[in-house]
Amino acid sequence: MTPVHPVRHLLRARDLIDARYREQLDVPTLARAAHLSPAHFAREFRRAFGETPHRYLVTRRLERAAALLRSTDRPVADVCLAVGLRSVGSFTTSFGRAFGLSPTAYRATQPPAVQRAYVPTCVLQAYARAGQNSSFREDSRAAGG
Amino acid sequence: MLKQLTNVQVWVNDQDEALAFYTDRLGLELREDVTVPEMGNFRWLTVGVPGQPDVAIALMAIPGPPVFDDETREKIHALLARGVSGGLFFATDDVQATYEELKSRGVEFTQEPTEQPYGIDAGFRDPSGNHFRMAQRG
Repeated sequence: MTPVHPVRHLLRARDLIDARYREQLDVPTLARAAHLSPAHFAREFRRAFGETPHRYLVTRRLERAAALLRSTDRPVADVCLAVGLRSVGSFTTSFGRAFGLSPTAYRATQPPAVQRAYVPTCVLQAYARAGQNSSFREDSRAAGG
Repeated sequence: MLKQLTNVQVWVNDQDEALAFYTDRLGLELREDVTVPEMGNFRWLTVGVPGQPDVAIALMAIPGPPVFDDETREKIHALLARGVSGGLFFATDDVQATYEELKSRGVEFTQEPTEQPYGIDAGFRDPSGNHFRMAQRG
């Protein structure tokens, strides 16, 4: 039997973020999914995926928030809470840093093409997160890195 | 002109583990399992969706020398574990029921059934880290 690559366990933690970003995920929960101690987890995650688990979680939430802004007419505060962020103020700030517009302005500029191009969600999730050159403070206690 | 797509290839960490996963957990059927001694015991292992006999998924072990040098082989292993591979899309008549069925058999899901503009879909992985999706068209 070929041994399991150690990074495969870290992928489980990243998958957990993708599946349960709406919940208040903390470092011990994510570390457990990766079979690592909380102390080692963030460092190993970063080594495997090039960013901290905290940053991955925040950018996933912002990406999902953008999707809700495009596809629903739910109020911005609802969207914020729906993706697991608790402060509308810091959501607006983080969103602006990631997408260059406030959530409301972002919603207003969405071209109709987004609704017509049926891109699979996995493609959307892979391409629509914020780039590596921005930092986020949101929820740093929840999944610090 | 090309006529038909017949096989797609998926790299797997371990062929025995993959065979058990794709048949017992995903419910695919074994198509071919042939080991070729004169080719360094290369094992041609394919599975397919029951009822769709003309397309098979080849579960390919990552070969060492002379096909790949050890460094290349290890890189492919590492990339699989990072979840960069996959890209097979399955169709189902009932995503929710299939999700529950596969979940009860221990399949790891990356996304629960979710409404999309094109229908309902869900995402899952194989033991190697390959990412797949299934969709029920709306």
